[in-house]
Amino acid sequence: MRVPPGVTPKDFSDAIEQWQEALGHEWVFTSDEDVDLYRDSYSPFWHEDIEPVPSSAVAPADVEQVVAAVKIANTYKIPLWTISTGKNLGYGGSAPLLGGSVVLDLKRMDRILEVNDKNHYALVEPGVSYFDLYRYIQDQGLKVWIDVPDPGWGSLIGNALDRGGGYTPLRDHFDAHCGMEVVLADGEIVRTGMGALPGSHTWQQYRYGFGPYVDGMFSQGNFGVVTKMGFWLLPEPEGFKSGTVAVRRHDDLVPLVETLNYLMNSNLVQGTTTIGSPLLASGAVRSATGGGAALVATPGGPSVEELEEIGRDQNLPYWNCQMNFYGPPKVVEAEWECAKEKYSKISGATFVEGPTYQLPYDPKDVDKLPKRQFGIPSLTIFGLMGRSEGHMWFSPIIPMTGEAVFEAQRVFGQAYHDMGVPAINQIFVFPSSFFPRSFVILCGFPIYHDVEKNRRSREVFRGLVKAAAEHGWGEYRTHTAFMDTVSDVYSFNNHALRHFHETIKDAVDPNGILSPGRCGVWPKGLRKAHA
Amino acid sequence: MRSGFLASLAFALATQPGAASPHPPQQQGERIASSWTTTTISGEGQSRGYVEYQKYCSACHGEGVGRPGTIALQAKYKDALPALLDKRTDLTPQLIKMYVRNGITVMPNFRKTEISDPELDRIVAYLTRNNRP
Repeated sequence: MRVPPGVTPKDFSDAIEQWQEALGHEWVFTSDEDVDLYRDSYSPFWHEDIEPVPSSAVAPADVEQVVAAVKIANTYKIPLWTISTGKNLGYGGSAPLLGGSVVLDLKRMDRILEVNDKNHYALVEPGVSYFDLYRYIQDQGLKVWIDVPDPGWGSLIGNALDRGGGYTPLRDHFDAHCGMEVVLADGEIVRTGMGALPGSHTWQQYRYGFGPYVDGMFSQGNFGVVTKMGFWLLPEPEGFKSGTVAVRRHDDLVPLVETLNYLMNSNLVQGTTTIGSPLLASGAVRSATGGGAALVATPGGPSVEELEEIGRDQNLPYWNCQMNFYGPPKVVEAEWECAKEKYSKISGATFVEGPTYQLPYDPKDVDKLPKRQFGIPSLTIFGLMGRSEGHMWFSPIIPMTGEAVFEAQRVFGQAYHDMGVPAINQIFVFPSSFFPRSFVILCGFPIYHDVEKNRRSREVFRGLVKAAAEHGWGEYRTHTAFMDTVSDVYSFNNHALRHFHETIKDAVDPNGILSPGRCGVWPKGLRKAHA
Repeated sequence: MRSGFLASLAFALATQPGAASPHPPQQQGERIASSWTTTTISGEGQSRGYVEYQKYCSACHGEGVGRPGTIALQAKYKDALPALLDKRTDLTPQLIKMYVRNGITVMPNFRKTEISDPELDRIVAYLTRNNRP
């Protein structure tokens, strides 16, 4: 049996016995066969000794068992690594950052405690997946929609705490939460916001409660174990419409995005929009650039003028943008007309009108619907990944301007060039508005069971983090393998923010047992080793 | 080591007594079985293995649009073997368990808190029901 770092075999053995007593033998996993199930299925460290592998796993069924499990860990100073459904694939999955940690697996806590379709919210436990909540709402005939990320098997709580995004007007998942229950490192149970008021009826309706608002500390953090969380839901819309605007010239992206900003920030266009390029994604351009790195400007590749000429010859717009509208049919039609009017100021802009859906939809028709935009969970995304053993995401936030997109093309194209690798190993490259008022560029790195390929991918990944930071861009989230790397670039005023995080960490978790190293926050006993 | 193809599935099924479930009883109201499907499956007249296969595997390996496991197996086997796992007659218990517990390509492995050993045994029984002795 593996033993956590800094823990004696005797102490670990005693802790195991106590966990078994508190949780039941069946839910304390210690054999290699069982513990290996907690390895990251998409690990960039396959077949390398440095892969962080847990020592064991414990799976509490309720908050009382979480308290018991955390208290035992705190007594013996055993590092825990908390997971919800363990499906954070591409960002570390169910594996810890610190090898030898004990995984605190909350999958069994899968109760949907409340769904309210009058005030439009839900209260759930960490093991509840998007599929679970969607199906519950359908079965109960409730008039609310959830928002889903691409894979629907993840946890609402886990995804929100990692600050994931989706596609509907409530796509910023952490922003859509309202109220938490958290178990602290000493086993104390805290409820945030209005949950701190005994007998409160507004825990999921008013976020802030009274006094300092602390919820953000528990997102991408390691200051507590979140055991319940409320989420605002979208009232079932009466209608949905989509429409696409296309522009012909390279420089048209600037007014395209500027107009999009106006429409989105005025709430006339709702949900995630993605900038696309029929020209750059076309076979003609891909063959000219030697690969699929559609948005990356490859040094030595075709010039803008040459690309525009291909566009003219092939009748392909340089850029386009699909927009979504939610609301009564009359309203979404009017919003589409408004969008067209604004975009018509760009010379040569053309429009493709999508269907207007009358809602509610018939559940039998889900396969015919744009699932993500309708908050319908699926696993379809895994069919788009290509042949690999997994992937990880490089995902910088850039300004929501056309100029920033051009700059990102140039910077990342040059970075790939400087590192001597073709920019063709990216799965997605187009900027999207998963979060309000900014673009995120998602670049998928394939993972293989090939040590050298993975080592090279990690080098390139780190190179892109550095290149991005030099231009003022940072990742919104990252794989556990790069948490220190990304934390390092958030360095304003000699890493003042990280020092503040560490001060909090030392105060609320003095034994450093909760998810050591998560997002660059290490407990004092391990800080030097990871500096 | 990992192998297989995306599994998943599901629906709201009252937990049945008997073999261990990874999930505790619902504290209030109807128990919500954790699983990966958007549809409710009655399971009436069906084996528990069928129901659990639907719960845990069909979102990837079922029929319909956008099921990546089915798409991948169709591409791999063409028409030499059925793309739908529950139409196969050549899957062995060892092979099914290996894929579920190890994963393959982009299909991750599944922990025992997701699919318990007894649940996996019943899924195996369902998928091998038509195998020749």
